[in-house]
Amino acid sequence: MDTKVNLAGVELKNPVMTASGTFGSGEEYSEFVDLSRLGAVVTKGVADVPWPGNPVPRIAETKSGMMNAIGLQNPGIDMFCRRDIPFLKQFDTKIIVNVCGKTTEDYCKVVERLADEDVDMLEINISCPNVKEGGIAFGQNPKAVEEITAEVKKRAKQPVIMKLSPNVTDITETAKAAEAGGADVLSLINTLTGMKIDIHRRAFALANKTGGLSGPAVKPVAVRMVYEVANAVKIPVIGMGGIETAEDAIEFLLAGATAVSVGTANFYNPSATVEVADGIEAYMKRYGFEHVSELTGLVK
Amino acid sequence: MSKYKGQAAVLSQEQIARDIYSLWIELPRIASEAAPGQFLSLYTRDGSKLLPRPISICEIDKLQGRLRLVYRVTGKETGTELFSRLEPGDSLEVMGPLGNGFPLENPGRAFLIGGGIGIPPMLELAKQLPGDRQIIAGYKDELFLTEDLERYGELYVATEDGSAGTRGNVLDAVREHGLAADVIYACGPTPMLRALKAYAEEHGIVCYISLEEKMACGIGACLACVCRSKETDSHSNVHNKRVCKDGPVFLSTEVEI
Repeated sequence: MDTKVNLAGVELKNPVMTASGTFGSGEEYSEFVDLSRLGAVVTKGVADVPWPGNPVPRIAETKSGMMNAIGLQNPGIDMFCRRDIPFLKQFDTKIIVNVCGKTTEDYCKVVERLADEDVDMLEINISCPNVKEGGIAFGQNPKAVEEITAEVKKRAKQPVIMKLSPNVTDITETAKAAEAGGADVLSLINTLTGMKIDIHRRAFALANKTGGLSGPAVKPVAVRMVYEVANAVKIPVIGMGGIETAEDAIEFLLAGATAVSVGTANFYNPSATVEVADGIEAYMKRYGFEHVSELTGLVK
Repeated sequence: MSKYKGQAAVLSQEQIARDIYSLWIELPRIASEAAPGQFLSLYTRDGSKLLPRPISICEIDKLQGRLRLVYRVTGKETGTELFSRLEPGDSLEVMGPLGNGFPLENPGRAFLIGGGIGIPPMLELAKQLPGDRQIIAGYKDELFLTEDLERYGELYVATEDGSAGTRGNVLDAVREHGLAADVIYACGPTPMLRALKAYAEEHGIVCYISLEEKMACGIGACLACVCRSKETDSHSNVHNKRVCKDGPVFLSTEVEI
């Protein structure tokens, strides 16, 4: 049985990756899962300098979901290169670095800094709903998406994944813009902007007022968007949004994803990633699929 | 020290005050590792409640592999309300032990101060801490765990409504009884911890405080439960220590609350 998938020339041993921001750089989870069992680890977003993130409370649970407004707290690219990359190199998995910034220059600085580092791919976060500048401000405007993609691609030595926001009217427009800008792969969805009010304190549940909704509650939206994007572009798509089991992951593959990311589920089941990987193999065995890539886009 | 996630057997459950429950569970792998001041993540069986609930450890029985959790039900249809319905023979998914507990090496006279639902972790601490233990427990009105606490130290009670002990807060009890200490261990609401931090700094004594914050993962990955630290933190290179992993117990001088 062949579980390998190919993303822009990078071969992953299986289609299961981690969703940025839900897995740190893997260290905390290495007590629970063998990181070498994963197709790739996608790191938490890293910027050119350390970011302190948002005030607390930063999270709130909602029915079958959660909202976060962490605000991309990160140690900056220098510490990341010194500490996190060597940590991940101990494992037989691909390293995908999620890159965040406030301006195009910020993103480019990180991409340039990573050019000579031993990492496999870059994921550009143009869709974080929880920071005032950068993030989603780029990701909601097709023209801005195309421009920043092109700027990043000029400098990147590794294949570039553009991470798309679901907070748009038609996600195929930003998807096509990223493809036109030279993106090698697309990943979606980032979180959906939401709000929760604590009626007893009569205040917002999150200090940031709004946050990004994730978890099983968003999965149907995510599957629909992956289907739409996979049918609108020629480059591979990484699907994510509420995946907690192999069954969830297989929906995304059938909708058109080449690989999938497990995100929020890591918070309540630290071994969710390997359980998804095992479950995909069991499904392939049950239905007689030889190559996992046969599943991609099977449902038209 | 390693974290473990698995099913614990529920041994007993008892309501010990309004909205306050005492739960004994059996899980030798966690009990053998646990230390006072650490906490567990408890998972509900309700799939719509995704996140674990962090609950402090009240007592550890290493010999029999048991743990006691004393927690407050925070409202209708909450995760803690679901836990309050557990009965002997049921199982409960837990992960732990999590975080760093209270350092036990400090000699001399100690204040063990708990406020409200911050009182339970003081019980195991009182059992394990060497030296002179003065336990000060602050309640709104209804008392709980007083008989347990009395067995392991000199207990002083404060109630906001004056129905028992000193009327007022834990520092009012300290003043009323003319108590003094070389080290403070505390867990409770932030205003109480803030007052104790100021008291400790004024008196030049060491003070350990256990903080609480909304958590998702409980293991230091999601960066939800940060508190402001005086020094640059080693994880994110900013001024944010993680309550779940770097804490929940901090030296009062290392955090700004």
